[in-house]
Amino acid sequence: MIGKQEIFVERVLGWLGPIPVTETMATSAATSGLVLAGGALLAWAVRRRPDGRLAAAGRLTYRFLRDLAAEAAGRPSPALEAFAGALFLFIAAAALVGQLPVIAAPTASLPAAGALAALVFLAVPLAGIRAQGLFGYLRHYFRPNPLLFPLHLLSELSRTVALTLRLFGNMMSGHLVVALLVALAGLFVPVPLMALDLLIGLLQAYIFSVLACVYVGAAIRVGEEVPP
Amino acid sequence: MSDTTLLALGSIVTAGLTMAIGAFGAAIGESRIGAAGMDALARQPDEAGNITRNQFVALAMVESTAIFCLVIALVLLFANPFVSGR
Repeated sequence: MIGKQEIFVERVLGWLGPIPVTETMATSAATSGLVLAGGALLAWAVRRRPDGRLAAAGRLTYRFLRDLAAEAAGRPSPALEAFAGALFLFIAAAALVGQLPVIAAPTASLPAAGALAALVFLAVPLAGIRAQGLFGYLRHYFRPNPLLFPLHLLSELSRTVALTLRLFGNMMSGHLVVALLVALAGLFVPVPLMALDLLIGLLQAYIFSVLACVYVGAAIRVGEEVPP
Repeated sequence: MSDTTLLALGSIVTAGLTMAIGAFGAAIGESRIGAAGMDALARQPDEAGNITRNQFVALAMVESTAIFCLVIALVLLFANPFVSGR
């Protein structure tokens, strides 16, 4: 029924030369395709049918993501909008894909959630160096006192681990509860819990992108001592 | 009892305790956030959007401690490094 092979171990579907193609890789590629197709449709609608409903949906989506990034980071930044928007859309689409029967959400696997958190981990110094220069950014590791350097490093690592485990745990636990209830109770009993799972998935997408914006925003504003 | 049985027993009991204590703390924290959110909403209904959004963010941050406990409990149950032959 539910063993360790369903929670921590990836199921291999096939081999692409020496590289194993796991179920998570297939579902996350399908999710990315879904997000890209939806985005292309909305972009087409905004350009060709500016008065239609699809165009309104596209503009609303864009405005939502732009405000999310700007408010969480403390200042508007087009690159951060694209980054946080892509994270939000991918995780939200993953939660939607996870509601389909048989398919688990790609973010319900530890490696996939870890990869998303690693993106945030890499984006923080990149954004900081782009905004403040190499030395301007590296200097903040030694402030207010050089003794705090290990603590700075530790906080960056631990928040990455926290991002990973939060996303993975939330997505996986919802899936697990639904699987248990289907096994124990029957067909229609888990429906309210599936709705809760969907709500939690969308909420996690929001949290993940807001936290990514907060971390990147802190790196961008690293030299400014006065908080906004 | 053999060593394997003892290890399995210990793992299962610890997993249950992990979830119980972890959920206890997160429940208290989340209820305090909920109460504070309701209080703020009653005082300033105009700021409902802002308050609700920040409340959800805070809830998810607090809930992640319980989620960490869940992950630890599941590791103990399904991927215990000291219990072989599963």
